[in-house]
Amino acid sequence: MYKIVLAFRYFLKRRITHFAVLAVALCVFIVVVVMTVMTGLVGDFKQKNHDFVGDCVVGTESLVGFAYYEEFVNILEEQKDFVEGVSPVIKSYALINRKGSERNEGLEIMGIEPLRHSRVTGFGKTLNYHKGDVSKTFEPAYDPNLLGCVLGVDVGRRLGNVMSPVRDADGEYFYESSPTPAGYSISCFPLTSRGALSKAGAGLVSTKTFYYSDTSRSGLARVDFSLVYLPFEWAQRLCGMDGSVKRASAVHIKFKPNVKLQAGCEKVASLWQKFKQRKAGERQAYLLDTVTVQNWKDYRRSSIAPMEKEQTVMAVMFAFVGITTVFIVLVVFYMIISHKSKDIGILKSIGVSNAGIMELFSGFAFLVGLLGSCVGLLGGWVFLLKINRIEDWLFEHFRFQLWDRTIFAIGDIPNQVNLKVLGVIVLSAIVACLVGALLPSLQAASSTPVDTLQVNQL
Amino acid sequence: MSKDDFILKADGIHKSYRMGVAKVRVLKGVDLAVKKGEFVAIVGASGSGKSTLLHILGALDKPNKGVVKFEGRDLSRHSGSELNRFRNKMVGFVFQFYHLLDELSVLENVFLPVMVGKSVVGWFACRRWAKSRARGLLGQLGLSERAKHKPYQLSGGERQRVAIGRALMNEPRLLLADEPTGNLDSETGNGILEILEELNRLGQTIVMVTHDESIAQRAGRIVTLVDGKIEHKSIRA
Repeated sequence: MYKIVLAFRYFLKRRITHFAVLAVALCVFIVVVVMTVMTGLVGDFKQKNHDFVGDCVVGTESLVGFAYYEEFVNILEEQKDFVEGVSPVIKSYALINRKGSERNEGLEIMGIEPLRHSRVTGFGKTLNYHKGDVSKTFEPAYDPNLLGCVLGVDVGRRLGNVMSPVRDADGEYFYESSPTPAGYSISCFPLTSRGALSKAGAGLVSTKTFYYSDTSRSGLARVDFSLVYLPFEWAQRLCGMDGSVKRASAVHIKFKPNVKLQAGCEKVASLWQKFKQRKAGERQAYLLDTVTVQNWKDYRRSSIAPMEKEQTVMAVMFAFVGITTVFIVLVVFYMIISHKSKDIGILKSIGVSNAGIMELFSGFAFLVGLLGSCVGLLGGWVFLLKINRIEDWLFEHFRFQLWDRTIFAIGDIPNQVNLKVLGVIVLSAIVACLVGALLPSLQAASSTPVDTLQVNQL
Repeated sequence: MSKDDFILKADGIHKSYRMGVAKVRVLKGVDLAVKKGEFVAIVGASGSGKSTLLHILGALDKPNKGVVKFEGRDLSRHSGSELNRFRNKMVGFVFQFYHLLDELSVLENVFLPVMVGKSVVGWFACRRWAKSRARGLLGQLGLSERAKHKPYQLSGGERQRVAIGRALMNEPRLLLADEPTGNLDSETGNGILEILEELNRLGQTIVMVTHDESIAQRAGRIVTLVDGKIEHKSIRA
């Protein structure tokens, strides 16, 4: 009982303790704010990638694509127990020229069936004009008979279309009430199944004019800046994948809600292996060798990995903040314990054990850690709740933004606190305090009463 | 006299310290026996080793050589936890500089040894008794009005009386006082000695260390320590 009473008294009466609490609170505050924002940004980025891809992708990086995809799509669609939707996709590169402009840009194209693709990915939600009726995505409102295309939200500007949506400093886009008529000439190099130019000697390229029907805002900077969606059949035709054996670049899959990602992907991989074996003797079976089955995280690894690396670097940096906390507490406890050496001698003279001394100062450190982390947590939470308003105010008065919204594809600063992360931070702060107090406590416990009472008269 | 009459017996106690490269021999074979109910004063000049002897007798320090027996049991054979229990229950210390905890009130300082000796549950079971005994002791020591004060709000004499209260809290069989009046004026010191005399009259065994012969005269027996050895023993008439 004396440990609890004395730990509380030392905690309340020693002014230096307040500095230790403040140091812990500041460290916790910084870690809570930065980790929440970083975790939010990474989580948001991952979710956008997930929305863009679906759960699983069976595909190839080869521009030739792979054959017999329709049969595999049929097999997948029969898997009612775990497959929610399937969407074949054509992916390639094209030269795009806005009608009336001299400017050509090399962009990525993606051929999709909008309804199917919306069932598998978040595509439908990224549209501006066709959110309510995705089936008419490629029907420009100004003339539904024209062949439409969907531009990444920043592609129009890139192609010199001044009527394209513009992003303001708050990160919001301003759209016209309906899409303004604009034609885009899209040219591809169609390839044979062997990768040769299929139109060799006949102009080499396939060109077709598409009309702006909508924009897609995925929230992924690279996608929004360089991707043009086309009707599946037309993309297939432009890329030369519409031969007697049709080809596609990938098949995107969405699993039923109760299916775990890894389990679903393993099932798809197994189906793919069987399919591949069955097709082994077919004419274009060699194209199946480059096909991989990946979950969305692996498929988008090249985009996600740098962000995760950044998060890891931040975590390491904050581990150093934690180490700093340990040292602050260590120094404070050395000071406190050196002031309290007489008390240690008194306590030992009335029968307190070494373990009792350790527990007393550990309890003291626990209180410092607990109060410090609670204060830091509360401060961090309040700051996070107001972080967007603070940023708005700073922008309004000083034109300062943490992230320039004209460059970064984020809206509000993420401020959703993760209780698990908070728990880990509080626990780490308390452990840091206990670790910081360990050495001085050990030293205090191992001192002899005669030394600590400073009895120097022999 | 049977050997059981001795509450404390020290045989051939040697103690030396290192001071830089030099080894200082403080005690050079001290023999001392204290009977139950005795009031013994250990006198000696500064540096004669009297405080060191007192700390060895109270298990605050260990001798290099020799045996200290308390109620016939060799203290060197006690485990760490037994020694803690010994310091908590069997002996009470009174130091020259009082050594009270500033964070605790006078009352809390007095009942601290009971708190130390009990678990949380044990403390809750006996806390009323402990507080009541502590108040009783403070009453006997004339400090009833000071129970809620902090040690730094008290005079030197009052602090030493609080220290005596704390030393007596667990009804120890032996009271060890290290220069209990050394930091007090003669009048206040006299008051403290009267308290010790009264306690002794009530049967409390006391071993007191002092450098002052006149103070030592108040004890029942005087042991003089010279150059690390007991040189002279006298009994008050």
